[in-house]
Amino acid sequence: MGISRFVLLVFTISMLASPALSDLVLSKVDRRIYLTSHIVRISSTLEVENAGPETVSKVLLAFPDLQAQNLAYLMASPHEAKAKFKVSVVSFPIDVVKPEDMPPGVTFYSVSLPQGLTVGASFTFDVLAVFTHALRPMPEQIGQADIQLVLYQDSAYYLSPYVVKVQSLSLKLPDSRIESYTTLESTKVQGSEIKYGPYENLPAFSSSPITVHFQNNLPFTIAQELVREIEISHWGNVLVTEHYKLIHGGAQSKGEFSRLEPQARENVQGPSAVRYLVAHLPPRAHSVYYRDAIGNISTSHLRGDSKKAELLIEPRYPMFGGWRTAFTIGYGLPLQDCLYESEGRRFLNITFSSPVIELVIDTLIVKVVLPEGSSDISVAAPFFMKQCQETKISHLDIVGRPVVVLEKTNLVPEHNQYFQQWEEVRVAIQHVHNIICQCLATHDKLEASLRDLSRTGEVQACKAARKSTDGLLKELSKELKPLMTFLQSSPSAVQVLSKVEELVAKERELLEKLMAKHSTAVEAYDKKSGARDIESRIALQQQKITALRQEVDDLLEFIDEI
Amino acid sequence: MATMPASASDLLKSFKLKTKQQELLIRVSILCLVYILAFITRLFSVLRYESMIHEFDPYFNYRTTLYLTENGFYDFWNWFDYESWYPLGRIVGGTLYPGLMVTAVLIYRILRFLRFAVHIREVCVLTAPFFASNTTLVAYFFGKEIWDSGAGLVAAILIAVCPGYISRSVAGSYDNEGVAIFALLFTFYVFVKAVNTGSLAWSLASAFGYFYMVSAWGGYVFIINLIPLYVLVLLITGRYSMRLYVAYNCMYILGMLLAMQIRFVGFQHVQSGEHMAAMGVFFLMQVFYFLDWVKHMLSDTKLFQAFLRITVTSAVAVGGIALGLGMVSGYISPWTGRFYSLLDPTYAKDHIPIIASVSEHQPTAWSSFMFDFHILLFLFPAGLYFCFKRLSDATIFIVMYGLTSMYFAGVMVRLILVATPAVCLISAIAVSTTVKNLTVLLRSKNKVVQTGSTKGSGGSKSSSKALLDQSQPFQKNGAIALLFGAFYLLSRYATHCTWVTSEAYSSPSIVLAARGAHGNRVIFDDYREAYFWLRQNTPQDAKVMSWWDYGYQITAMGNRTVIVDNNTWNNTHIATVGRAMSSYEDEAIEIIRSLDVDYVLVVFGGVTGYSSDDINKFLWMVRIGGGVFPVIKEPDYLVNGEYRVDKGAAPKMLNCLMYKLCYYRFGEMMTEYGKPPGYDRARGVEIGNKDVKLEHLEEAFTTSNWIVRIYRVKPPNNRW
Repeated sequence: MGISRFVLLVFTISMLASPALSDLVLSKVDRRIYLTSHIVRISSTLEVENAGPETVSKVLLAFPDLQAQNLAYLMASPHEAKAKFKVSVVSFPIDVVKPEDMPPGVTFYSVSLPQGLTVGASFTFDVLAVFTHALRPMPEQIGQADIQLVLYQDSAYYLSPYVVKVQSLSLKLPDSRIESYTTLESTKVQGSEIKYGPYENLPAFSSSPITVHFQNNLPFTIAQELVREIEISHWGNVLVTEHYKLIHGGAQSKGEFSRLEPQARENVQGPSAVRYLVAHLPPRAHSVYYRDAIGNISTSHLRGDSKKAELLIEPRYPMFGGWRTAFTIGYGLPLQDCLYESEGRRFLNITFSSPVIELVIDTLIVKVVLPEGSSDISVAAPFFMKQCQETKISHLDIVGRPVVVLEKTNLVPEHNQYFQQWEEVRVAIQHVHNIICQCLATHDKLEASLRDLSRTGEVQACKAARKSTDGLLKELSKELKPLMTFLQSSPSAVQVLSKVEELVAKERELLEKLMAKHSTAVEAYDKKSGARDIESRIALQQQKITALRQEVDDLLEFIDEI
Repeated sequence: MATMPASASDLLKSFKLKTKQQELLIRVSILCLVYILAFITRLFSVLRYESMIHEFDPYFNYRTTLYLTENGFYDFWNWFDYESWYPLGRIVGGTLYPGLMVTAVLIYRILRFLRFAVHIREVCVLTAPFFASNTTLVAYFFGKEIWDSGAGLVAAILIAVCPGYISRSVAGSYDNEGVAIFALLFTFYVFVKAVNTGSLAWSLASAFGYFYMVSAWGGYVFIINLIPLYVLVLLITGRYSMRLYVAYNCMYILGMLLAMQIRFVGFQHVQSGEHMAAMGVFFLMQVFYFLDWVKHMLSDTKLFQAFLRITVTSAVAVGGIALGLGMVSGYISPWTGRFYSLLDPTYAKDHIPIIASVSEHQPTAWSSFMFDFHILLFLFPAGLYFCFKRLSDATIFIVMYGLTSMYFAGVMVRLILVATPAVCLISAIAVSTTVKNLTVLLRSKNKVVQTGSTKGSGGSKSSSKALLDQSQPFQKNGAIALLFGAFYLLSRYATHCTWVTSEAYSSPSIVLAARGAHGNRVIFDDYREAYFWLRQNTPQDAKVMSWWDYGYQITAMGNRTVIVDNNTWNNTHIATVGRAMSSYEDEAIEIIRSLDVDYVLVVFGGVTGYSSDDINKFLWMVRIGGGVFPVIKEPDYLVNGEYRVDKGAAPKMLNCLMYKLCYYRFGEMMTEYGKPPGYDRARGVEIGNKDVKLEHLEEAFTTSNWIVRIYRVKPPNNRW
């Protein structure tokens, strides 16, 4: 069923393919699919050439929906000659987009290139896409001693909205034992590697389904839910507690269980069973424990030196396909390894995901328990996730500790990046607030000068007042600039930033209106028009000004509350 | 630093205490140390293993405590447990003593309120040691009440480390007895205090102590029979007093009303045979009081004698008739089998095999008395001697407590626990009195020697002194030797207690530890492996059949429904399981299907040499099953009265379900070097049936050391 659906989809895509977005041409695509574990990693090198008349800064990547829903991680980075699937430091921003006039059933991601691609220029970059749940066991049920065979489906051609000039594909399998694979023109098998291509000059959205059926005995460890609790104690310890709910996601086990066979014949023991997991803990981890709901589990080993700590944990029983287990591991880290201070704010810098290697996590909940009384909490992470706050009452607490809860679904080891937890961003915002207040004060000065004008009729004095306020405002806006750039760059200020920007914009508008009113008034005085006339002119502007002023005041109040 | 010694000596000078204050200080510090000692000596199990619940019953207590913390008291009270005794279920609130759980939850709530973020498991694990510490305090006050504060101190020390008590109160042994011994001793102490003082307040306290005991343990029956017996003895020995009248009446009436609030006891307290003695003595007290009053009013002794005769006869007659009527009409229930088996050690073996099958219900061997009491066993008679020498209301009580509980301890191993406080108290009297006499002898000698030497020159006086002086060196040396001997014995006692605690009583019995070939510690964690497998990899509503021993553990750790468990309230149901286990597979499958069983769990020690497995318990299954279903006959499983599993075993034995489940595929297994495959290490024989085929069941899981084996019941075959 799954295969036919996939094939059908690919065909519809190719039928509907329209020569849209033809400005760009992929002059060379080199795809490598790593099927060596239960996580599928596709690393492709794309060479983009601008064949159109305009400078282009965005490149679209296309994935069929069936694949896209399993896409856990996508990263584009400048091409490096020998990068396999390393998480590179530099990466380009990627957004999900829905361009018009595109065939259905395809999800698009837009990569923003660091510089716009000028006409005729070309640029090479790497894309790493990581998929979970993309391998389907076939047969779906196996006995305890059987090997596990899995099925992988993809297209031999690179699915792209652009014309692809030259492309090639290679699939790396864990073992040379291949049950079957789709044979197309120019297909080669070398040991545990299957090669397709090169293919030349294929139109946009061309595809050709391929299926590979091969042996994959690597454990399909999937954490259905992982709750990590990171508790910071100012007594010098960061306590990490991880609650796992694991399932073996491979072929279901069927038939009789036997303890005799694995014990008698060491080599034929359930080949795909999960016997142990390896976790790479941070180097100075201490007080490691491993237990579950009914007590300590004594089968674990901790090896480590000053540079690394490797924890080998064995579940209570070997996990065959479809079996579950749940356990908790916990460890302490020295505070100075994770908590830093910068500009009066403290931040926690710690990895986001699980230390267990080659683990797929369906749902990850990270709870950061901050010391009692922490305030102005913000989170900076390299990817999007749900956020909320709660309170936890622990030892000797009075009001409870603030807890930041972060939730993300579908994670792979690539997500194991550092994220930061800020405890303070107030200073900068306070500064902005002050400056805006000063601006408003100068506005008031202008208004006062206008009132003086209407009373005394001294135009010159009014003009002088305007000049002085102009100077003041310029200085203030100069001061404001670095603060704004800081706030924009600071990831922790995201929530507040929009409000602050709005405030600054409103203040600008208000100032413009005020200036306009001022000039009309002064002009009118210069022309010696009647007071009535002046007032009727100003009245309209005055209405807008009061409305704006009201808005600015509201915003100021809001920010002040933060 | 240099000024420190000076200031320290000043401090000492300012703290110069009078003798009495010094004594108080020493006494309080000894008590504090004993309190701490009693707690920490029970922590061996936590240090050796981990903070976990032990054995079988504690798992039920832990499970109910968890339920209580999560759902609150009223839900707990009305809890109907679907997970045990399938398909009957169990009304938990009405069939347990809630004292332990409520106590643990109360401690938990208090700690939580003080913002100690403890887990309820930690509280449960440490409840028993905490109450053991409290018991030492009660023992001190009790000893002080019946003898003197010296005896109290010794009693506190003895009971703090006494193995008989430690066996049921190590950390993790979260059982009713843990708090009940405290409640028992407290009730007795307060009652004796009430009898000694005649104070209404103390008797009120004893009523509440009794209430706590009733809420905590079924052993309260001991109190409600011992106290009337004691009162009766006092009445007979002519020690009736107003103090006794106040103490007993208040304690009985209030205690009864309070005890009836516990749902498990309810109206049993006034209706069942076990409680009738207390009621009879209560009425007897009223008759006595009446007679006393009449005697006071009538000055004529002859007239009084006649009146006495009439009253006593009529009272006894009325009492007898009431009892008889109650028995006949069924209003008063007869004694239960458990009670009979206490009075008559052979009763259970003939009538209730299920009670006899429990190892802790066996009659006590001398060795276990020695093991649990050590020197107290010799000190106990000595203490009794001292008590008889100085008879008072209080010493009569402790003597009676000691003698009755010693009898019960002889009947059942587990009742050594009840005897322990009495033995400790009586031995403490012996130790304290002996040491006191010896030290007094030593001290007075010194004085006499001094006075003798100063007033050395004299006439007849000096000659008599000389005579005394002659005997003095021997007496003094003898006293010193005896003192050293006493201290040596006491130190042996302390060593023995520590050794017993660490070696014998600190094993959780869920986790087994053994020494490996290289002297390293090997841990067999098979029980938890199996229970956790059940918890994770079987359907939520799966029904597991096993022998009743493992019922509580399966529900608590495996979180799955069981057919029978350690609350052995329904003998027929247990017998059904016993019958299934001892039938051929095709007969057993009928029973298994009728009970809606999905998994069958057996415990098997053939690979590791673990001897308390189901094959060794099997004869009890046969007996209990045969007790209800005569189809099962014990001789079918024996060969010439001998129980065997090897080639010479009875054919029924070799093909019954239990044998098949334990030895399935075991015939292919090499267990020991140099032995044939299928060599059973627990029984030391090669098994008789190596080719075990299962038709209706299939192996679902076996733990790494084969200790627990779980079989899945296959769905019935399609008929077409």
